[in-house]
Amino acid sequence: METKFVTIPKSEVPLTKEDFVSDQMVKWCPGCGGHAILSSVTKAFPNTGYKKENIVLVSGIGCSSRFPYYVNTYGFHGIHGRANAIASGVKIFNPQLSVWINTGDGDSLAIGGNHFIHTIRRNIDVNILMFNNQIYGLTKGQYSPTTPMEGVTKTSPFGTIEQPFNPGELTIGSQGTFFARAVDTNPKLMTEVVEEATKHDGTSVVEVLENCIIFFDKAFNEITSKENRDNNQLILKHGEPMIFGTEKNKGIRYNPGKGGLEVVTIGINGITIKDILVHDQYSKDPAIHLMLAKMELPNYPIALGVIRSAAIPTYNELFEIQMYEEQKSSKIKCMDDLMNSGDTWEI
Amino acid sequence: MSNKPIPTQQKEELVVKFAGDSGDGMQLTGQFFSDASALLGNDLATFPDFPAEIRAPHNTIPGVSGFLVQIGQKKILSPGDLCDILIAMNPASLKSNLKWAKKGATLIVNNDTFSDVAIEKAGYTTDPLTDGSLSNYHLISAPITTLTKAALEELGIDQKTMDRSKNMFVLGILCFITGRGTEQVLHLFDKKFVEKPKIKEINIKAFLAGFNYAETKEVVESVIVVPPADKALEKGRYRNILGNDATAWGLLAAAEKSGRPLFLGSYPITPATEILIELAKHKSLGARVFQAEDEIAGICSAIGASFAGAMACTTTSGPGLSLKSEALGLAVITELPLVIVNVQRAGPSTGIPTKSEQSDLLQALFGRNGEAPLVVMAASSPADCFYAAFEASRIAMETMTPVILLTDGYIGFGSELFRIPKMSDLPQIHPPIAKANDPNYKPYNRDANLIRQWAIPGTEGLRHRIGGLEKEDGKGNVSSDPHNHQTMVNLRRDKVLKIAERIPEQSVVGEETGDLLVVSWGGTRGATLSAVQEMQAQGKKVSLAHFKHIFPLPKNAEKILSSFKKVIVPELNDGQFVKYLRMEFPHIKLLQYNKVQGLPFTVNELTEEFNKIMEGK
Repeated sequence: METKFVTIPKSEVPLTKEDFVSDQMVKWCPGCGGHAILSSVTKAFPNTGYKKENIVLVSGIGCSSRFPYYVNTYGFHGIHGRANAIASGVKIFNPQLSVWINTGDGDSLAIGGNHFIHTIRRNIDVNILMFNNQIYGLTKGQYSPTTPMEGVTKTSPFGTIEQPFNPGELTIGSQGTFFARAVDTNPKLMTEVVEEATKHDGTSVVEVLENCIIFFDKAFNEITSKENRDNNQLILKHGEPMIFGTEKNKGIRYNPGKGGLEVVTIGINGITIKDILVHDQYSKDPAIHLMLAKMELPNYPIALGVIRSAAIPTYNELFEIQMYEEQKSSKIKCMDDLMNSGDTWEI
Repeated sequence: MSNKPIPTQQKEELVVKFAGDSGDGMQLTGQFFSDASALLGNDLATFPDFPAEIRAPHNTIPGVSGFLVQIGQKKILSPGDLCDILIAMNPASLKSNLKWAKKGATLIVNNDTFSDVAIEKAGYTTDPLTDGSLSNYHLISAPITTLTKAALEELGIDQKTMDRSKNMFVLGILCFITGRGTEQVLHLFDKKFVEKPKIKEINIKAFLAGFNYAETKEVVESVIVVPPADKALEKGRYRNILGNDATAWGLLAAAEKSGRPLFLGSYPITPATEILIELAKHKSLGARVFQAEDEIAGICSAIGASFAGAMACTTTSGPGLSLKSEALGLAVITELPLVIVNVQRAGPSTGIPTKSEQSDLLQALFGRNGEAPLVVMAASSPADCFYAAFEASRIAMETMTPVILLTDGYIGFGSELFRIPKMSDLPQIHPPIAKANDPNYKPYNRDANLIRQWAIPGTEGLRHRIGGLEKEDGKGNVSSDPHNHQTMVNLRRDKVLKIAERIPEQSVVGEETGDLLVVSWGGTRGATLSAVQEMQAQGKKVSLAHFKHIFPLPKNAEKILSSFKKVIVPELNDGQFVKYLRMEFPHIKLLQYNKVQGLPFTVNELTEEFNKIMEGK
């Protein structure tokens, strides 16, 4: 971020992934999606150009929240659900820090739901990496707010009867300015998305669909497996038509008559490439972004990549402008001024 | 008009209670009277007593809004108990406040409001103004609404505005009977209504009409004059200050003296909100104020800011402190400086939000999971909130430890005169900030006082991770080693106990030994000190130890408590400090006196109780 009022200092020397590897043993289960996410993020950090001392990772509680220990930056491992609130304090106090939140579906959508939506609503310039494995992993397998309906878990032995949250829908509903979705099986896309999140001024929410190999293995199989991924993933790119499928001949068309988005096949029923919706991630109007975020199998592919990145003033920018204006115009410059202002008298 | 001057009688102190329907402007009237008295050189203390509802039903007892002020030629320690002058703007105000008037007190009553309906609504069966029930008082019964309207008629303003101005008419009467004159109030109008000339004109007219009415009608036989307190007060520049504002200023002063900018994360809650409101004004002083989405986000954002290098604080009241408990533990284990101000109110649960109590002491001391010691302090008066907040911040930053500062609604909403300190006279605050690229920096290395260093993000060569998981001694890596846990628990405890070295010894008002020691803490100081001084003047061997530091206790606490024949601990709770002292000093016999009514102690009830104990009853 670089504006008149808020700038994060840049590193004078080029950094590499090694600059960000900590000396701590990574204790996630073998095969956990966390490993791939860690690798992608540490790869993305040098590309941000920021000084390594100016990057702060804040986490809550859960498997995802061990993340700060594994990255050599300033890090703060908080308490369950509160990472967004802690990180808000870090960023508001010192906007020269690049602040990252490592959280999960339980941490941010259940116990920390309030902080999640309000951080987004305020558009505080932090980056939220939400590892969504649709399960409580660290407490060994209870359903989470994103566990699909009827999902059988230790606390839902007969299947859950709760409608899950769609994190993208919740983000955009909370007036989010940035939402991207990635999968742990595609590290390249993850790195790209993390870099895009860095570039965005305001709250960036990156949902990573993460496989929990122990308690909810293959939850995203239909999206990420080799045989399914091409037909079930729509990887969005700004300015490009929304095309997917093994034959690269399926696309998304905007059809208000059909209630919004529909999947069409190029070459069938007279559909041409011109009918396919072109992705505009920067649109301020969230209507299409919301429809994209809500697309679900089996009727639609799952949208990945940057779904929304709208330029809307950040909390931090507005905060610094007020500070600047007030410091310029106020007659109260120090505590002696304040205490002697108004009605005072000598005895 | 009579030409002979009305005689004056001097008094050392005077208590005035303003009572009216909420919306009658009693707070404003009381404030004007207080400010005018301050300008005349009186010492003073005030306390507003308003209903929980913004506008309760008209003419009912729950709708009565009050404002209490004591002015004096001598040092004033509290807003007073019983008043010398009671202003009652309607029957409900009279009904609910007459019990707070001294026998023979002057009552100023607006008789226009004493309709049959209003009299009945207040719970009277007959009109108190005519049934003889007020014969023991000096009653000034005037048609104040009518007189105000008559005075303002020529201004051509609407009925509502005329009606609303009757409080200034009353202020005029009051200023006459207390020999205040008109100059100070007119000066205050000039300042207050500088951008509202019409309102100023209306107020001046109503005020002078009231003053002239009192003078012409000779509503009193003699005016009561309270001379200036210049002999009782230390020389210097003064102002009137509200407790909550003083707390805010103490925090700001600590930020200035430490070089660490202030961050406040807070959620509105009665009676603490005014601290948030006050701090939000001072962006020019670098105060970064964040109104969070809830109490938890308030403290968590402050912890984040503290990690990032802020003089961080959060402000709340009892229920909010409960919500912050888990995060307090996080501040304890990460050993970050943090000031938590709890403006106590009557509980449990929502309780009586606008009424004061001292019932969060045990919560502050012990209300956390695990072994989680932190510093607990208490402020003792509105102006003391400034010094207590400054001291709490100093300890938090210099020892890398969270500090809970207890104030309460009584001193938070109350005001008193504040001798304005010079910032250069306040001590410098030295937080243990780690130096860039220090090769020996480890997150949990400690100095001789067991204090770790503050490594602030953005500083080169100090990247580190801390958090709520138990940490390895020194290095600060995550550790669940049993012996390490024991070590860390001991270190956190000993670090806090060592803070006793850097706080002043407990002082005693009176002899250091005697028949009775009164032990109080927090917002009751005005009442306990008044009671003790009154008894000392009668030659009784009574002393007062009023505690500001609760945990750790001052080093000489045990010695003081052991030096008297009897020790009594009066508290506005069911006996929390006394429980804690009994736990610390099981061999000392401690008596207790408790009141949990949402009301402050009166000096009378305290002296009565203390005398009883001294007489062995």
